[in-house]
Amino acid sequence: MNLLTIRDLTLSIHGTEILRDVDLSVDAGQIVGIIGESGSGKSMTAFSIMQLLPRGSVTTGSITLNGIELLNADEDTMCGLRGNDIGMVFQEPMTALNPVKTIGSQVAETILIHGSGSRAEAKARARDVLNRVGLPEAQFPLSRYPHELSGGQRQRVVIAMAIALRPKLLIADEPTTALDVTTQAQILDLLRRLVREDDMGLIMITHDLAVVSDMADEIVIMKDGVVVETGAAKTLFREMNHPYTRALFEASSHVPDRDGAGDGTQLLRVQGVSRDYRMPRKTVFGAVPVFRAVDNVSFTVERGESLGLVGESGCGKSTLTRAILGLEEVQEGAIEIEGEPVFSDHHVNLNVRRKMQVVFQDPYGSFNPRWKVRRLVGEPFHLLEKAPEDPRSRVDEALVSVGLEASDADKYIHEFSGGQRQRIAIARALILRPELIILDEAVSALDVSIRAQILDLLADLSDRLGLTYLFISHDLSVVRSITDRVLVMRAGKIVEQGATEDVFENPQHAYTKTLIAAAPRLPDAISA
Amino acid sequence: MSDTAETGWIKPALRSRNLMLGLILTLVFVGAALLSYLWTPFDVTKMNIPDKLQTPTGEHWFGTDHFGRDIFSMIMVGARTSIAVALVAVTIGMVLGVPLGLWAAARSGSLMDEIIMRGNDLVFAFPALLIAILITAIFGPSALNAIIAIGIFNIPVFARLTRGAALSLWTRDYVMSARVSGKGAVRISTEHILPNILNLLIVQGTIQFSLGILAEAGLSYVGLGAQPPIPSWGRMLADSQTMISFAPHLALFPGFAILFTVLGLNLMGDGLRDLFDPRLRRARG
Repeated sequence: MNLLTIRDLTLSIHGTEILRDVDLSVDAGQIVGIIGESGSGKSMTAFSIMQLLPRGSVTTGSITLNGIELLNADEDTMCGLRGNDIGMVFQEPMTALNPVKTIGSQVAETILIHGSGSRAEAKARARDVLNRVGLPEAQFPLSRYPHELSGGQRQRVVIAMAIALRPKLLIADEPTTALDVTTQAQILDLLRRLVREDDMGLIMITHDLAVVSDMADEIVIMKDGVVVETGAAKTLFREMNHPYTRALFEASSHVPDRDGAGDGTQLLRVQGVSRDYRMPRKTVFGAVPVFRAVDNVSFTVERGESLGLVGESGCGKSTLTRAILGLEEVQEGAIEIEGEPVFSDHHVNLNVRRKMQVVFQDPYGSFNPRWKVRRLVGEPFHLLEKAPEDPRSRVDEALVSVGLEASDADKYIHEFSGGQRQRIAIARALILRPELIILDEAVSALDVSIRAQILDLLADLSDRLGLTYLFISHDLSVVRSITDRVLVMRAGKIVEQGATEDVFENPQHAYTKTLIAAAPRLPDAISA
Repeated sequence: MSDTAETGWIKPALRSRNLMLGLILTLVFVGAALLSYLWTPFDVTKMNIPDKLQTPTGEHWFGTDHFGRDIFSMIMVGARTSIAVALVAVTIGMVLGVPLGLWAAARSGSLMDEIIMRGNDLVFAFPALLIAILITAIFGPSALNAIIAIGIFNIPVFARLTRGAALSLWTRDYVMSARVSGKGAVRISTEHILPNILNLLIVQGTIQFSLGILAEAGLSYVGLGAQPPIPSWGRMLADSQTMISFAPHLALFPGFAILFTVLGLNLMGDGLRDLFDPRLRRARG
């Protein structure tokens, strides 16, 4: 008998249909991956199992766990099951833990709520569980607080809380999306080991095909609240019966078509740049400790080239970006565009700033919600000494060049989807016809199919307008697909640089090797 | 703000019971205050000793006081005093506090930030009413001094609120992008930060407004607010104190006036907060 069986699950919230006829089953010891883009209903499926649906939800069908019907179970029954029989791991380890309680007491608490026994026993069990998830007592006593741990370690604590009572079913909703690739690989290993050891069923919800493809036994692909394809992981990618599966697969490994390559002239030169941050004093009269975020970094970018900058969180990528954009002054070294320094006499050189623009990661946070698109896109005009004579047509032109319409200029930003917003962000970056565009994780927050479109757009723009890109990302596959050269950054230093293909095929530095090995890979496509 | 992101906020506003009830109560008192400039049932400065201490009648709806003045008229004119004092005090608080908060946020971590915020702490450290009494004791009791005293205590409230909200906005990508476009702190504060924290300020404004009315009543009660013969709710309460055993209506009506105005403003603030809450807005969108 299956551990979990979902039959004909239909969910509507305030009359809007969210899920339709969802069927899926999980066996003990089996890993089922649910894949879908945003709005596909993958998380709502998980919340239906937990019966943690928002108000106004109406469900029909059946969800059974070991023969117990969950769909119409009352709250008391569900409270007994949640945590005990079903554990859940969320995406964001930063918010899933209570910052004012120690990790030991948080894990012990979940044991106490359901379990019997004394506080001391719960503490002892919490210790065992933390050991199991790879947080040994020597470095991670129970008295640690969440802020003393890294993102990956916090996610381990969250997993410890979810598996503390040895649930039969674990639901992990995008458990590694917020983590770096090397940490992601470790967390995936941990989940795999726990499933094997406890003979637990695992539902792994993700938007990333690669994460799930080499881990799951069974894959469920969802789109618009409907399961479009289900199959064993081994065969599903070989057959890909549904066109959406194929589209998703192709978008995930999409390589945009671009001519690329620099023309040999130097556009950006970063020479021996270092940036220190002052840390809080340890003692009242002690010296102020400094943290070197960027350490003696040098590189150049040729005109027309696309340069990738890869590194994990905290490696100094963002600091370097801010320094190049002239938002912060550096302590040592020089940053020049076409031979002109970004900073002169502690003042930003406006002439240089006009030559570069930036596109940020978050399509929702990049725009003032109270402005219309025309004003948003036209904001960089402020950099000009005098306003252009035809700002309207310049904005219209920029919008058209990113695949939107001129009439979109009179709308508010909330009327656009994430992908469209990212196009508007690119239009804003293009408006002054800059030489260099810094793409700071510009496609990381987008769904794979939208990401493929934006990458195509970027490739097309660089060919048409001769743009130079500095492409900053933690996503190796994206960097590989759109850059000519790549820099690998770690702890403020550039550890390796070279032509993208060379670096990926034949990494020299140990860290680059680790990064590339840790990146989840799609199974080799069987050409459609 | 009607032409911004929250298109279609009128319907949810009409649906919000708190907001509507608060709005109606507030409008009743504002209306009474405005009307009192044109017309009151009786002249509030004219004594009429023979008619003193009447209980409510058809002629004197709320009765008369110990000088025979019409209480209904006095409440109407008193609303004028209360609302004027509170409104000007809140305006002082906003006009000085908000720019200070924006400045502190824009230069966060700098010496200026430190000076502004520690100055705030200093003002916060004294009980508001005590300093109000001090000011009126030095400069003499008057409505104007009450306004200044209450206004000063609104400054740190708005400065702190503004700084907190502005700080979180300064980390947004759109502010970053404005900086990339070469905009300075003043432009960013006025173009990007202020419009996005206006909701908060309006909500806080209504709450401070109601606190201002309470403070004015308190100051008048101890004789440091508006001076006779200008009617004031707080002094009406104080005057009624000695007669409360045989003429309770003297205390009742100004008491209810204060209660319902403050209640109305608080309900309105609450309703506005619900209306402006981005989470609720998203649910609607």
